[in-house]
Amino acid sequence: MDLSILWYLVPAALMFACGVYGFITRKNLIAILISLELMLNAADLNFVVFNRYLFPGQMEGMVFTLFAIAIAAAETALAIAIIINIYRAMGNIDIREITKMKF
Amino acid sequence: MGVTLPILILALPITMFLVLGLGGVKMPRKMAGVLGILGMGTTAVISYWVAFTYFFSGEAAYIVDGVRQQVQMFDVTWLAFTQSLVVKIGFLLDPISAMMLVVITTISFMVHLYSWGYMEHEPGFQRYYAFLSLFSFSMLGLVVATNIFQMYIFWELVGVSSYLLIGFFYKLPSAVSASKKAFIVTRFADLGFLIGILILSFYTDTFNFIDMTNNPQGVLASTGGATFMGASVLTWAMVLIFTGGMGKSAMMPLHIWLPDAMEGPTPVSALIHAATMVVAGVYLVARMFPVYLVVETSLVFVSVIGAITAFYAAVVACTQIDIKRVLAFSTISQIAFMMTSLGVAWPELHDGLGYMASMFHLFTHAMFKALLFLGAGALIHAVHSNNYTAMGGLRKYMPITHWTFLIGCLAIAGIWPFSGFFSKDEMLAAMFAQHWFWGAWMTMVAGLTAFYMFRLYYLIFWWEENPHYKEHKPHDAPWQMSVPLIFLAAVSCVAGFIPFGEFVTWNRAPYHIHIELPVAATSLTVAVLAIVLATVMYAKKNPIPTRLKDMMPGLWMAAHRRFYWDEIYMFVTHKIIFNGICRGIAWFDRHVIDATMDGFAKVAQKTSYAIRGLQSGNIQLYVLWYFAGAVLLAAITWICLL
Repeated sequence: MDLSILWYLVPAALMFACGVYGFITRKNLIAILISLELMLNAADLNFVVFNRYLFPGQMEGMVFTLFAIAIAAAETALAIAIIINIYRAMGNIDIREITKMKF
Repeated sequence: MGVTLPILILALPITMFLVLGLGGVKMPRKMAGVLGILGMGTTAVISYWVAFTYFFSGEAAYIVDGVRQQVQMFDVTWLAFTQSLVVKIGFLLDPISAMMLVVITTISFMVHLYSWGYMEHEPGFQRYYAFLSLFSFSMLGLVVATNIFQMYIFWELVGVSSYLLIGFFYKLPSAVSASKKAFIVTRFADLGFLIGILILSFYTDTFNFIDMTNNPQGVLASTGGATFMGASVLTWAMVLIFTGGMGKSAMMPLHIWLPDAMEGPTPVSALIHAATMVVAGVYLVARMFPVYLVVETSLVFVSVIGAITAFYAAVVACTQIDIKRVLAFSTISQIAFMMTSLGVAWPELHDGLGYMASMFHLFTHAMFKALLFLGAGALIHAVHSNNYTAMGGLRKYMPITHWTFLIGCLAIAGIWPFSGFFSKDEMLAAMFAQHWFWGAWMTMVAGLTAFYMFRLYYLIFWWEENPHYKEHKPHDAPWQMSVPLIFLAAVSCVAGFIPFGEFVTWNRAPYHIHIELPVAATSLTVAVLAIVLATVMYAKKNPIPTRLKDMMPGLWMAAHRRFYWDEIYMFVTHKIIFNGICRGIAWFDRHVIDATMDGFAKVAQKTSYAIRGLQSGNIQLYVLWYFAGAVLLAAITWICLL
């Protein structure tokens, strides 16, 4: 298996760009959360790939990724809890409607 | 005598101050009064014992071959900044400090007792006693100081106590401004004092009085002949130190605070502004006297200031309506007498008689002036007014006050055999010995003294009975007030016979007082003539004083307004200093310093208003900006790396 590192990095970059695009354009909080996860996973992918290609004898990048996945899970749970609460309070989860904290 | 008694003399009053000051509010009035009186009484007894032991025990520590010694009972290091800059607190026993111990504790005890009656119904009675104790402590600490820095510390402490007591009726605006005036004027003078101390100790490398006064030639030599603006540095130092004394002792032109200080309770005026604190300046010059002797210019300065002030204050006293103001100006005049006497006390003339006479007069003056003030207090207590216009014909109603006041007047006028005669005679003799001009000038002032005191006496007790007495009959004061009056009157009768020269002289060797007949006869004649004149003018209601006043309205008005010194000060401070100098400084502060700060604030405010639209609350926009920024930074980095 002699795949170039680019085969991994380019999809990761695309994934990250999709995440950014989704985060900026989507109006639904759940969709924004999903975009966020996309960005996070793109970063995780980079960690793993760089670890594998640049420091093959070591494990730090892998372990870090495992941590990041665990934290992302917790964070998602938290975000969903917040979204549910916002829904209860406001009646919808459209980001344009949630402007109570505005200056 | 060990150190216990000297320590107790200082410790008792300060303890009383702390006890009454901290616990006073919880105490019934009577208890606070009794505590204060007992504390001061004990201090007085101890001081008498210490003075008695010093003067009469004949121990070798205190007297050697007839010359009294200066003894440091203790002298502990309080602050050690460097090897030579060490501030010590100690207890110096020598003739003048022992005499002052007696004077201060006697008057203070009498005033404590008197105040019990006088202040009975005033709110803040406990606070009043606390302040009296603080004052007594400070004054005692001042006179027993072993070094000039300790003296300076206690000097400021008496200033504070004076401030607190003048402003005791703090609800009266006049009392508040009087206390501020007193504090600021004396503080201003003390600046000179401090500079003088610094110059002196810079050259001599010591603060200690004994080191300086026992070797005045050494002090002079240590300055190495340095001069400043035509006068030697030592002259400057001594004149500056004397400036402090001028402030405290109300010499011209720093006298303006003393008449206003009469806003304080009358017993306070008796204690602080007649008998003890205001003579601190005289005491200071007496303490440093040997050093003054080696720079005669400063001594001449002292006597000139004294002579001018004595005359000025005596003239002003002739035209005041407020009886306390008359006494205040009389105090200024008498202190100036002592100053002049010190100034002419050159050892080659009459064995430095002026020094002894000055201290003698300090002693007798303290007694009869306190008596007069306490008498004035009794009068004010009876008629509820400070002005003689509310009095007149009081001799039938207040016999005790009348007789004691008369004794006080006779004493200050210098009538034999009352105490003032003896001390004034010695002073005049010393002045005649210096130059006939001093003697003649001061004899005239003595005549004026007799005149204005008897003018006051007649206007209060004779003249014409005030019609108000029918509604409100004045009567003598309660026993707490009468006892001090009688005691002080008795002292004023006999104090003149004390052989003062045996105890206090400039070189601490005994000096045998003898009355110089020509001088005594002259001054006595002048005084009697002045009294006769006052009798003619004021004993019965008659139009002479008014006619005289109408003859020279300008002079009368000028004297009545104290020759416009207050107006001059107002002009200088308000018109020149406030308007001329302070206004520029205020402008700079407002338009340069404040404006800079305001400019910063304005820029920050403008900027934040301009960019506040970015804070839209739209999180996606934030992310967009953030992302754009990150890309931009990445691009820049990229370009730079390439």
